[in-house]
Amino acid sequence: MTAVRWVAIFDGLVLPMLALAGAVLLFGGFVWLGGTDPIETWVLLFQGAFGDAFSWQNTLQRAAPLMLTALCVAIPMQAGMTIIGGEGALVLGGLAAAGLPYLFAPPDGLLGTAWILLAGAVAGGAWIALAGLLQQYRGVNETISSLLMSYLAIGVFKHLVEGPLRDPESLNKPSTLPLHDSWLLGLIPGQEVHWGLVIGAVVCVLAGLWLYGTTHGFATRVVGGNARAARLVGLPSQRLVVCACALGGAAAGLAGGIEVAAVHNAANASLIAGLGYTGILVAFVARHNPVAVIPVAVLFGGFGSAGSLLQRRLDLPDASVWVLQGFAFVLILACEAARGRLGLWLAQRQARMAASQVVHETSRQRLARQKAQAASVGEVA
Amino acid sequence: MSDVMLWADVLLAILGGAIRVGTPFLFVSLGECLTEKSGRVNLGLEGVLVLSAMAGFGGSYLTGSAWWGVGMAALSGALLASLHGWLCALPRVNDIATGIALMLLGVGLAFYLGKDLIQPQASQIPSIPLGWWSDSPQVQSAMRINALFPIGVGLAVVLTWLLAHTRWGLIVRMAGDSTDAARALGYSVNTVRMVATMAGGFIAGIGGASLSLYYPGSWNEGLSSGQGLIAVALVIFARWRPMQCLWASLLFGGAGALGPALQSVGVSAGYHLFNAMPYALTLLILVWSCKPKQALKGAPAELKLAR
Repeated sequence: MTAVRWVAIFDGLVLPMLALAGAVLLFGGFVWLGGTDPIETWVLLFQGAFGDAFSWQNTLQRAAPLMLTALCVAIPMQAGMTIIGGEGALVLGGLAAAGLPYLFAPPDGLLGTAWILLAGAVAGGAWIALAGLLQQYRGVNETISSLLMSYLAIGVFKHLVEGPLRDPESLNKPSTLPLHDSWLLGLIPGQEVHWGLVIGAVVCVLAGLWLYGTTHGFATRVVGGNARAARLVGLPSQRLVVCACALGGAAAGLAGGIEVAAVHNAANASLIAGLGYTGILVAFVARHNPVAVIPVAVLFGGFGSAGSLLQRRLDLPDASVWVLQGFAFVLILACEAARGRLGLWLAQRQARMAASQVVHETSRQRLARQKAQAASVGEVA
Repeated sequence: MSDVMLWADVLLAILGGAIRVGTPFLFVSLGECLTEKSGRVNLGLEGVLVLSAMAGFGGSYLTGSAWWGVGMAALSGALLASLHGWLCALPRVNDIATGIALMLLGVGLAFYLGKDLIQPQASQIPSIPLGWWSDSPQVQSAMRINALFPIGVGLAVVLTWLLAHTRWGLIVRMAGDSTDAARALGYSVNTVRMVATMAGGFIAGIGGASLSLYYPGSWNEGLSSGQGLIAVALVIFARWRPMQCLWASLLFGGAGALGPALQSVGVSAGYHLFNAMPYALTLLILVWSCKPKQALKGAPAELKLAR
C-alpha cells in the first residue's frame, strides 16, 4: 500500500519537479554558452520570480490569466481533445469584453463588470466550441484547427481594433474605447494584485470539483479515456466533448476579459502576449489537473516576471523565457517515458529480495508457500 | 480602362506571389509529407521553419554566401526535427504534444539566437528572371522566380518517385501503414520514423531559408506566423501525395499574396483580414476535405492525425 503511494507521489510530483529543475539547469548551461554567468542567472531567476514582495506581486499578476488559459487546454484534454488555440479565445474574449459597451451600455458598478466578463467568456467559449464541433462532426484535427483559428482570431481582432472599433484618441497604439471606470476590476484590498487572481483560482477549483466530483465531469473523463466505450454505455460523447471545449474556451475568454478589465482597460495589441501558449505548457506540467494548474501557473508566472529582470540585468534577449519554457516542455514530455518505472523497479526489487532470502522451512511450509505464490500470480495475471 | 489594368496588375501580383509566398509552403509540406508517410506527425515544423529561417539568415550573414545559409537552415531544421524523432521514440510520448513543445522551443530558440540578426543585411538567394520575353515591368517582376522553387519542384518529383518505386520508399510507407509488418520484416519502426522525421526537418529547413533569404528576405520575429502549421494542414488536403503538395502550396501562396497585392495597388481597407485569408482558407479546406467517419484515402494507416 505504501509502495503504491510512493509510486503515485513519484510519478505525479517528483518527476515533473525533476523535469523543471532539469530545464532550469539546462537554461543555465544555455546562457553559459553565450557567455553569461549561469549562477547569477539562476539567482536572478529566483529573485525576479519570488525574491521580494514586488516580484511576488508581478508573479501573481501574470499567473492569473495563465490559470485560465491553462484550463483551455486542460479541460478539453480531459475529454480527449488537444486544443492549443487558447491565445485566440483569449484575444476574442478581450475583444468581446471591450466591445460590449459598443452594443449596449451595461449597468454601472459590479453588475457591469460581470456583464463584461461574461461577454468575454461567451466569445471564447463559442470560439473553442467551434473547434470541438469541427472535430466531432467533420473529423477536422482539433489541434491544427484551433491554432489556425487562433491566427484567424488575431486577424479579426487587429482589423476591428484598428478599424471600426478604434478609439480616435488612441494615436500611437490603436485601442478600443476605454472601459468606464466603474466597470474596471480593482485590486484585492491590501495587495497590489487585481481580483483576476482570485477569479482564476476559484474557476480552477470549480473546474476540479466539476471534473472529479460530479457525474457530468466523470462522464467527460470517461469520454476522454475511451470515446468508443463511452458511446457503448450510452454517453452522449459528442455533446460532452463539445461542452468541454466550450468550457475551456470560456475560461480563456474570461482571461481575456479580465486582462481588459483589470490591466489594459481597453482592447489593444498588448493582449497578444503569448499567454495562451504559456497556458499550454502550464496545463501539460499540471498533467491537465485543474487544481494543480494553480501552483504551476504561479511558477510560470514567476518565470515570466523573472524574464524582464534577466533582460534588464544581464542583457539577455526577451525570448529567454520562451527558451526556458521550451526546455521545460521537452523535458516534461520526456518524463512521460519514466512514468511507472519506479513501481516496476520496486516490484522487481521485492521479487529479488524474496528470492534471495534464505528460508528454512519444512516441506509442508514449502508447499503452502508455493500454493500462495501460484494464487498471487493468478491474481496478477 | 485603368480599372481593368488595375485588376490585371493584382492578378499578376497574385500569380507571382503564389510562387514567392508558396515556396516555403512547398518545402514544409514536402517535409511533413515524408514524415507523415512514416506514420508520425511533426506539428513542430512551425518551430523548425522559424529556427531554420534564423539559422539560414545567420549563415548567409556570417559566410556571405546565401547557399551556405540554405545549408545551415536545412541542418538546423534536421537537428530540431531529430529531437522530435528522438522524443517520440521514447515509450508513451505523444507525437502531437511533442510537436507543440517543439513549436514553442523552436520559436524561442530562434528569437533568442536571432536577436542580433534583426538589423543587418545578408546576401540573398538569387532569382531566375523568367519574364525576359515581356517588356512590362509588372510581368518581369512577377516572373522573377526564387531559385529554390525549381529545386522544390524537382524535390516533389523525386519524392514521388522515391516513395512509389524504391525500396526505401516502401520501407517508409510500410512503417506508416503497419508497424507489425515492418517489425515482422526486421525493420525498426523507430529508426525508420526517426530518419524520416529528420529528413522532413531537413527539407522544411530549406523552406525556412526561403523565408529569410528570399521573401520577405530579412529576419524578424514576425517572419512566420503559422506558415509551418498551414503546410502541415496542406498535407492532409494533398492526400499525402508530394505532387499535390506542390499545387496546394501554389494555391496557398496565391492566397497569402492577396493582402500585399491589394495593398500595393492602394486597397488597404481590411488589410488584416486579407492577411488572415490563408488561415480561413486552410480551415475551410480542412472542413471540406476531412471525412467525419472514415479514414481519408491515401492516409498512412498508423497516423493519428486524420482519424
